[in-house]
Amino acid sequence: MHVVVDLNRCQGYAQCVFLAPEVFELHGEEALMYSPEVPEDQREKVLRAVAACPVQAVFAGEQAGAGAG
Amino acid sequence: MPGDAPGGRIVVVGASLAGLRAAEALRDGGFTGELTLVGDEPDPPYDRPPLSKGVLLGRTRADACGLPSRRPLDARWKLGVPATGLDPLAKQVLLADGERLGFDRLLIATGTRARPWPDPGEAALDGMFTLRTSRDAERLAERLDAGPRRVLVIGAGFTGSEIASGCRERGLAVTVVERGRAPLIGALGGTVGAFATELQRAHGVDLRCGVTVTSLTGHDGRLTGAVLSDGERIDADIAVVALGAVRNTEWLAGTGLAAGPRGVACDAGCRVFDMYGIVTDDIFVAGDVARFPHPLYEYQLLALEHWGNAVAQAETAAHNMISRGPDRRPHLTVPAFWSSQFGLNIKSVGVPTFSDQVVIAQGSPGERRLVAVYGYRGRVTAAVTVNRAKWLEYYQHLIETAAPFPPDPGAADFDGSEPVPSDVPDPRVLSHGPTVYVTGHLPLLRPPSRRPGG
Repeated sequence: MHVVVDLNRCQGYAQCVFLAPEVFELHGEEALMYSPEVPEDQREKVLRAVAACPVQAVFAGEQAGAGAG
Repeated sequence: MPGDAPGGRIVVVGASLAGLRAAEALRDGGFTGELTLVGDEPDPPYDRPPLSKGVLLGRTRADACGLPSRRPLDARWKLGVPATGLDPLAKQVLLADGERLGFDRLLIATGTRARPWPDPGEAALDGMFTLRTSRDAERLAERLDAGPRRVLVIGAGFTGSEIASGCRERGLAVTVVERGRAPLIGALGGTVGAFATELQRAHGVDLRCGVTVTSLTGHDGRLTGAVLSDGERIDADIAVVALGAVRNTEWLAGTGLAAGPRGVACDAGCRVFDMYGIVTDDIFVAGDVARFPHPLYEYQLLALEHWGNAVAQAETAAHNMISRGPDRRPHLTVPAFWSSQFGLNIKSVGVPTFSDQVVIAQGSPGERRLVAVYGYRGRVTAAVTVNRAKWLEYYQHLIETAAPFPPDPGAADFDGSEPVPSDVPDPRVLSHGPTVYVTGHLPLLRPPSRRPGG
């Protein structure tokens, strides 16, 4: 699974950071950094983060075009 | 569902963010025909913003930045194969491997590439980098891991500033050279530029503004340093060229389309113009390579190197590609982007370069949190926040409703600042290009007689 955050939409509520701290972290007070490739053992946490984002800025899915190259 | 979503053949040239989201939107809109995505890079679509942030810091692998898909595509992918030409009469895209791809509708989403260092001999020195692709980021991160003595960053736009930030966070010595008067000044003007200057220096960046790199020096094929226009020499074993972007339009030369160094011009519905300004029926454009008219900015043609624009424009282009005339819609999204650097979150909405004045409406540079609001001829045209992202939506509303500038001083953290000239320099004096190209002259330099109703 891969994740992408629309950082235009992100307002730094940081719910994802609480729910999946191995994938999302705050850099300073409100700049979000994240690892796009989600480790298998983090899937559930990331899906909870997707659901919890107050501005629905987090999107997760299988990697686009995987196996196409 | 729009119109009578057709079958037929659609080719999308460009397999990055805009190309991918357009392909998904085509299928979402009911397109059932043959769909082909062409990309010059070998990798499936990936997200570029992390490359200059988490990847440079060594927290994310460059090859782990793939984009999640929104839906199954049922598409044919031609990756690692650049498009080399277009025959608009035969309606065929020519590929580097000799294949000719016929289409009924074409989407151009070829984006941009890093502007290379102008001297090919110097550019070939070991230690020279640009940062645009996943491979670029991978190689640069490896070299930063090795602990260079000093990194030279040429150009202090967003990419150059983010690279400098990452290097400082790694504890590396960094020199930034920028021909303009301040970092970020091309996109955000003098007030935020002055803030960025202070920010970089406070984080230990050796920032040199108002000078250029006149030559790079090497020994045994390895970079050793640079000579600046003021005669100073910088010792550096890595140089990152961050001189802005070049639009990937060469493959369209000779097609008769309105495509050139500034991008591919289109109408409000993403339909590409030909060189006479006549709209084509079957060729569309989206993302960084597109130039489109925006009603909030006097219908000037804008080219935006923004993640959000790539997504929104791709969705509009895809919708229009499979819709009949009256069902088509315009691309009217208010421009927006972000940058994180030196621990701060910088966000922008509107077009800050389309301005004559700016006011700090909330916070202050000293607090490292602020909202700068930009105005043009008495209306709000843009806002930039530093660690104040939650306020941006409010200012976006002011932009969309052409609210008067300066805005009412309603915020509790307004310190009484007065508007000052926004001080947007002529892009020609910058090392880094502005990330928004407002076509034509700077607003302040335009003769009033050419402004309708002005």
